Amino acid sequence: MTGRSGTGPIAMLASQVRADEKRLLAAMDRHGLRYELADTRALWSTAGGKATWWRGVLNREISQVRALYAARMLEALGIPVLNSAAAIGVCGDKWQTSLALVAAHVPTPRTALGLTPEAALEALEVIGYPAVLKPLTGSHGRLIARLRDQAMAKDVFEYVKALPGPQSHLVYVQELIAKPARDIRVLVVGEELAGAAYRVSADMRTNVARGARTQRCPETAGLRRLAIAAAAAVSADIAAVDIVEDTTGELLVVEVNHRAEFSGLQLALGDQVDVADRIVEYVAARAAQW
Amino acid sequence: MTACPVCEAPIEVPTEPRISEILECADCSSELEIIALDPTMLALAPEVEEDWGE
Repeated sequence: MTGRSGTGPIAMLASQVRADEKRLLAAMDRHGLRYELADTRALWSTAGGKATWWRGVLNREISQVRALYAARMLEALGIPVLNSAAAIGVCGDKWQTSLALVAAHVPTPRTALGLTPEAALEALEVIGYPAVLKPLTGSHGRLIARLRDQAMAKDVFEYVKALPGPQSHLVYVQELIAKPARDIRVLVVGEELAGAAYRVSADMRTNVARGARTQRCPETAGLRRLAIAAAAAVSADIAAVDIVEDTTGELLVVEVNHRAEFSGLQLALGDQVDVADRIVEYVAARAAQW
Repeated sequence: MTACPVCEAPIEVPTEPRISEILECADCSSELEIIALDPTMLALAPEVEEDWGE
């Protein structure tokens, strides 16, 4: 790494430039921001000391582990990172997210963590069936399993016990909300909503990466309050908040993502809002304070 | 235009390519990463890992 002045460029951290990163880079060009694209695969630092390579960093690293350690490394060097390492740490761990949401009184489905599959079976007696098993770290709906009853939970947990690595044996279970065939993706930037979209799919997993289609969702005052409270609960400056509606219409937060993917949201919003512009304008405003 | 390093099918490079940009080969569906510009060079992109996502 070469030395830079304290008023150096902003860096966008990414080992992969996908559609959203291209949109963000194009928005940085439009806004005349000085920036560098920094590949996390080439990033290293010794412990201790300060660096002024960049004025600040927008973290778009796709690997949760590298995103977290890059943020920790850069913050230790005195370089501000969006989102912060603390936010990435909470968002990247579903149990930490649940604890943060509950502590902030943000409505969320009943959730438990069993330190073994056997303990999780007991926890499910409290959570109730149907429930859903989720990996502590993971995205795009990977390795999520619906547990209809205790017999099914026992079968699935046998496979969980056979997984390698002690972290795989921590079992995160959550009540399955009887939601309509959609959830709501809300993008919070700063303390404002950049947009909201329904993600519609017959599959329980309504991830756009799994083929869900999106349509614009009205930004009601309740939705706005909930999404902003959820982002604040995990200390995320830029957050994609996933919300489900239960049969009574109550809104519950199921997930807060620190590296918001917004292609589906942009599609739903059309020309009315440019999501990348909203993010870049926020980064530029924050950079002016760094 | 460059060739897919997996199946050698022609790949159309975007007008403003970026280092680390991911492209998909229309013929073999391989994910490819742009590793050099001018001239554009492609390599097979890393496989999806368990911790990838949002």
